[in-house]
Amino acid sequence: MSRWLPKVYLALVYGLLYLPILVLVVFSFNRSRTGYSWDGLSLHWYQSLFNNHAMVQAMWNSLWLALAAATVSTLIGALTALALHRYRFRGKRVLNGMLFVVMMSPEIVLAISLLALFLLVGLQLGFVSLLLAHVTFCLPFVVITVMARLSGFDERLPEAARDLGASEFTMTRTVLIPVIAPALLAGWLLGFTLSLDDVVVSTFVSGPSYEILPLRIYSMVRVGLKPEVNALGTLLLVCSLMMLMLSQWILTRSKR
Amino acid sequence: MADANAATETADLVCDRLVRRFGDTRAVDEISLSVPAGSFFSILGPSGCGKTTLLRLLAGFDRPDDGDILIRGERMNEVAPNRRPVNMVFQHLALFPTMSVADNIAYGLKRQKVAAPERRRRIAEVLEQVGLPGMEDRNPQQLSGGQRQRVALARCLVLRPTLLLLDEPLGALDLKLREQMKVELKHLQKAFGTTFVYITHDQSEAMVMSDQVAVMRQGRFDQVASPETLYRHPETPFVAGFVGDNNCLAGTVVAQDDGQVTLDLADGSRVRGMAASPDLQPGQPAQLFVRPESLSLVATTAAGEAALPAQVVTTLFDGANSRVELTAAGQVLFARLPQDGSAPSLDAGQTLALQWQPSLARVFAGAPA
Repeated sequence: MSRWLPKVYLALVYGLLYLPILVLVVFSFNRSRTGYSWDGLSLHWYQSLFNNHAMVQAMWNSLWLALAAATVSTLIGALTALALHRYRFRGKRVLNGMLFVVMMSPEIVLAISLLALFLLVGLQLGFVSLLLAHVTFCLPFVVITVMARLSGFDERLPEAARDLGASEFTMTRTVLIPVIAPALLAGWLLGFTLSLDDVVVSTFVSGPSYEILPLRIYSMVRVGLKPEVNALGTLLLVCSLMMLMLSQWILTRSKR
Repeated sequence: MADANAATETADLVCDRLVRRFGDTRAVDEISLSVPAGSFFSILGPSGCGKTTLLRLLAGFDRPDDGDILIRGERMNEVAPNRRPVNMVFQHLALFPTMSVADNIAYGLKRQKVAAPERRRRIAEVLEQVGLPGMEDRNPQQLSGGQRQRVALARCLVLRPTLLLLDEPLGALDLKLREQMKVELKHLQKAFGTTFVYITHDQSEAMVMSDQVAVMRQGRFDQVASPETLYRHPETPFVAGFVGDNNCLAGTVVAQDDGQVTLDLADGSRVRGMAASPDLQPGQPAQLFVRPESLSLVATTAAGEAALPAQVVTTLFDGANSRVELTAAGQVLFARLPQDGSAPSLDAGQTLALQWQPSLARVFAGAPA
């Protein structure tokens, strides 16, 4: 009994976590139209998904947005982290604190304030407004990830590089970036994921010109879920698993 | 001025009244020095004396507020660290963690645009010289402390710098390894013929390895001399107390005769030593320094020759470094206990007398700090 208890407990926890995902994957291959009874294996819903032009367009839109938001926030975030780490300047503590404010404040507050801001400056709601909003909420995560890595950084390494004949630029390229690379990658992936599945902020700042996937799915749910969504969910799952594996592979390689 | 020019020609490093201020304090206060080519020069001082600041000025990480740095006669004040013919071994080594041993050593060669085959040859050669042949593909984290030390040295020496700066590189090693590395560093310096400037707070490191030692205190050099001169003829009370073990007796000058000074201690006993300060007048406070190995212990019954009565506090057995702790005239003294059977057996509280050759003791003006 006592031998089995931990295993049962473990099975229960993992079951609770992964059973819904398993159901989704299984039903994406279901032939049934109604969705909740098994009617034989089929790739019908994958076909239907790729024939749904609006859906495919929304998927591409979301991917582009996530790529752009993750990349821009990694660039700005890495530079911010370096500045916060290396220099002493007036307002440093305020800046540091503000990052946490953005991270901790309810998303709905951020959404409303961003919308108000965009309307105030007369920005057309669409890709640009979405990108700015996504960069805003991704940024603190990147900064904190990179700062954590920098806090263990030996301050003598840049000096050693300079001493051995490297210019400031060469030092950054050959010493600083390799050391913080795992954090850059982690921050980028975090930003990518956050951007890809954001609903709240996106609802407020997106316009009719640029529809993204989470909003598209959300609107579909309201009129009745088609099993296409299961197929889409499975594809996204495979994508994120592959990215996870890729990042793990890069991280273990860089540690070697 | 002609002398200064002559010295500059044969010296790898010359500093001329170098000053670095931080706020109101002068971390480096008008330091002048000249290090001959191929020599091992140490800067010895307690932490906070400004030696690290001085080293950073030489490496180019910091700029002097005043004075000049000349390397092989060329003024270096405004030259960036990557353009100086100077390399540095850092206190915590600062090996690049993302690179293998070979890539660490190749780093400087790549910056000098040395071709790959030549790089490989020189890396293999320098690894051989520091005693790590075939270690190219190891990661620095896989190496022991002593091995990392050698990689850090190899990374600099492969560039054949005019000047190698070493910032207490042995501090992180355990005692046994440190003793071993001291000897090895000295051999490496001789083998490469590179001029070493070594900073440390450990007087034994400085003494064992150096040709010349500068004792630094509060941004200034107290004395620059060979280790033996520092030990035998310290010019200031600070040097006398900081370099090697020493006993200090405070008293008042009663007489000076042909360089030999007689001091009166608090309890009226008289001690003698050689004058090390120029202006010792009777009635002045003064301090006498005498090394533990210069003291001989005699039974109090042996009258005649002036001797300092002392009480045994305890004996401290430490092989060849065994000592006895004594009190004399209310002051604590240590004497070396010879381990050749000539030392008397001592009990705590026992009274005996201390004698020494006055020529082995040095007397400085002023009360102890």
